[in-house]
Amino acid sequence: MSEKTVVNELKDVTIRFSGDSGDGMQLSGTLFSTLSAILGNEIATFPDYPAEIRAPQGTLQGVSGFQVRIGSHDVYNAGDKTDVLIAMNPAALKVNAGNIKRNSIVIYDSDTFQKKDLEKAGFQTDDPFRELNLTSVQAIPVAITSLTKAALEDIGVDNKIMLRSKNMFALGIVCWLFNRPADIAEQLLKEKFAKKPLVFQANVKAFLAGYNYGNNTHLTASTYRIETVKHEKGFYIDVNGNLATAYGLIAAAEKAGLQLFLGSYPITPASDILHELAKRKDFGVKALQMEDEIASICTAIGASFAGHLAATSTSGPGLALKSEALNLAVMLELPLVVIDVQRAGPSTGMPTKSEQTDLNIALYGRSGESPIAVIAALSPTDCFDAAFWACKLAVEHMTPVVLLTDGYIANGSSAWKIPTMNDYPEIVPHVVQKFFTGDPKTWKPYLRDEETFVRYWAIPGTPEYMHRIGGLEKDYYTGVISTDPDNHQRMVKIRQAKIDKIADYLPSQEILGDENADTLIVGWGGTYGHLLEAVQKIKEAGKKAAFTQFKFISPLPKNTEEVLRRYKKIIVAEENNGQFASYLQGKFGNLPLYRFNRVTGQPFRIEELVEEFTKIIEG
Amino acid sequence: METNLTYQKQHTPKDYKNESAVRWCPGCGDHAILNCLHKALAELNLEPHEIAVISGIGCSSRLPYYMNTYGMHSIHGRAAAIATGVKTANPALSVWVATGDGDSLAIGGNHFIHAIRRNVDINIILFNNKIYGLTKGQYSPTSEKGFISKSSPYGTVEEPFNPAELCFGARGTFFGRAIDVDLKNLTDLMVASAKHKGTSVMEVLQNCVIFNDGIHSKIADKAFRAEKTIVLQHGKKMVFGAHDEKGIVADNNLQLKAVTIGQDGYTLDDVLVHDATTKDSTLHFKLARMGYENDLPVALGVIRDVPAPTFENEYAKQIEEVQNKMPKKTFTDFLMDSDNVWELK
Repeated sequence: MSEKTVVNELKDVTIRFSGDSGDGMQLSGTLFSTLSAILGNEIATFPDYPAEIRAPQGTLQGVSGFQVRIGSHDVYNAGDKTDVLIAMNPAALKVNAGNIKRNSIVIYDSDTFQKKDLEKAGFQTDDPFRELNLTSVQAIPVAITSLTKAALEDIGVDNKIMLRSKNMFALGIVCWLFNRPADIAEQLLKEKFAKKPLVFQANVKAFLAGYNYGNNTHLTASTYRIETVKHEKGFYIDVNGNLATAYGLIAAAEKAGLQLFLGSYPITPASDILHELAKRKDFGVKALQMEDEIASICTAIGASFAGHLAATSTSGPGLALKSEALNLAVMLELPLVVIDVQRAGPSTGMPTKSEQTDLNIALYGRSGESPIAVIAALSPTDCFDAAFWACKLAVEHMTPVVLLTDGYIANGSSAWKIPTMNDYPEIVPHVVQKFFTGDPKTWKPYLRDEETFVRYWAIPGTPEYMHRIGGLEKDYYTGVISTDPDNHQRMVKIRQAKIDKIADYLPSQEILGDENADTLIVGWGGTYGHLLEAVQKIKEAGKKAAFTQFKFISPLPKNTEEVLRRYKKIIVAEENNGQFASYLQGKFGNLPLYRFNRVTGQPFRIEELVEEFTKIIEG
Repeated sequence: METNLTYQKQHTPKDYKNESAVRWCPGCGDHAILNCLHKALAELNLEPHEIAVISGIGCSSRLPYYMNTYGMHSIHGRAAAIATGVKTANPALSVWVATGDGDSLAIGGNHFIHAIRRNVDINIILFNNKIYGLTKGQYSPTSEKGFISKSSPYGTVEEPFNPAELCFGARGTFFGRAIDVDLKNLTDLMVASAKHKGTSVMEVLQNCVIFNDGIHSKIADKAFRAEKTIVLQHGKKMVFGAHDEKGIVADNNLQLKAVTIGQDGYTLDDVLVHDATTKDSTLHFKLARMGYENDLPVALGVIRDVPAPTFENEYAKQIEEVQNKMPKKTFTDFLMDSDNVWELK
């Protein structure tokens, strides 16, 4: 065959690797995204995996996916529907059928599309594509299992390793399809399996077999090239949100000159923060896995009392368990960062799926009047900045700060330019020796800075500042326990005023999109990428919309009300039943609010956002 | 002439007291415990600013307010977890926990056993009055079966905990017991617990004068304390009685027995010698159960005091080992050296 495969230039493309949870789809996807980032593409990834470690093979429950979106620029999210689906079995095809674009390419392992496999996935006929009404897609059968086995026959690996190398064969095909140079992939595999030479060998062979198979058989009529454009020069790494969160804490501790302490308890999807910080003993990080969620926040409170930058990491059900101790931290007025990687609830809910349903518990989930600072990270890489800010506010304003991320940005990744820490603001803990100017003999534990209402951090071991703090109400001046009615009123007010005052030190809320539009689209936290793209699509369609995404939730930036009042229509889009919309309405009142709420456990779909927003804009 | 003598002040109990009015009920056993702690700290001559006293909730947990040290009155049951954080963050501090039978054995049971398991160097003073006092008289996890209280008007139908058994079950390295009004033994116990590196549990048999008055009087009353209790001392014979005329012996089935020396053929040589430092806790279990399931005298003093690595030291050691292997870097340098860095030019 002498004809040449046509190479098409694309702006961006969404690819999903999908198979059994033991098929290694997460690894194929991660390697492909890293490879693309190295080539200068923008990337966004979305691992979508079941809660079960190994659900029965070939069943719908066991399907694990890894979606990668690569593009030349403006890749803000991992995309809605896929251009290319790799289906390692019929169940994977079925689960993803609703998310495939018309005319997309579906590469499937024909070895696993046999009668009993089809039955396991609940197909009635032997033509799954017709049954799923996928008649417009380009379905490409490849005998991935047998071809992988054949490729590995002569290197002396057992059947298990052969089967586990299928994912690399699939990766090879995809790399060929998108004109990725094979040598970079080989290099990545070498780093990954440095300690397992035989596994490395098997993986590389399978990868090359897949790559060559695509090339030699002209598997599709055309291949694709994603153009690369010049980005900001510098050094980059690929991070997911959990890693970026852990890094943000480390960077903040370095900036503040404090030791970092994490108390934690394993919980999906937050455990990776604990894993990373447990590794970082090179930075002297103390990361304790405690006996339960309550103990993990309590050790952090103890470490904070003792002068460390202390954090605790969890997800929704864990935050519920931490409520009482968090309330203690509010009353103690000690710095503390509480990271909630939100997942689908209520109760155990859908642990591996993502939502924004913990805003209310973060803001209000405590007894008494218990004001607290709340920050929400916007994207995988923004988790770094958000965690840094959470630490800064905590130690400078002597308050617990809840940092809300979510399963989508925690596991999703993108390329991140290695930051220059000089570009980040100073962090100056409010320690008593530095800031209290009076005679130590006159100092009392709940005396406050007159301007910020922040009390002083007097750390055990410091002579002359011995004191007792606790959960009981204290006298405003003496810090001695008090049940005086007027004093309580005053303390309730000052605790709120202290949090409100933080707004003076926050960046202003910025507006993106068409600032002069009539409609403002409002989001918060991890939906940033999807909303931004929707806004751009609306603009491309010739409509006007302004857009703002909130990172600082409590307190809100000072100009928030002014920004909101400029618009005739405000669409608040969030992955819950309207928690942020109600919060804004409660704060400011009489806002012309429209609510867009989806609670599916999956990220927003841009198509749907554009459609629904356009209706409101035009309505 | 210059001298390099560093002057260290000898502290007195009042250095650890603050000016707050003590608000426990008159006659409450807590007063005695507080005074003993002041005395013990003076004897140890610790700097007040290097002490942190952490408490939970309950009458006992008001104790930090009466200390001229760093202190935290926290939430119900969580003092052991908070103290673990304090000690791990700053191992140089002397960390004490004031808690009660409800606080540590009911709502805080999990933290109590796990602190002990980790062997973090904290000193837990467990005020055991077998009642919830601050909530005005409900039965506690140490109340005897059948105990009548506001929440068990017909008597409880559940078995109590023996704190020592929980401690040993969690592989505790230090357990001691004292009576609140027995000032000398209680102070000695506190000093010994502070010297022990690891989690120390001190069960103080404490009287609640309002809701459970006299709960320990069967053993604590001066009139028969010498007969009903035995103060164990490491390396000494287990003798008791007004004139040390009685002793503890073990029979062929390893059952403990109280005998009168010189009677029934028993001599002082038959009396057991107390070894608090033996790792095997079997005999410590038996000693700690004395008087609860049999007619033997209740064991007081240091029952178990076994050296073992502490959590905070092991943790610090691991950090040091890792840091010795990896050169110290700034955060940015660390990222630059990580896998998969690429440059866009």
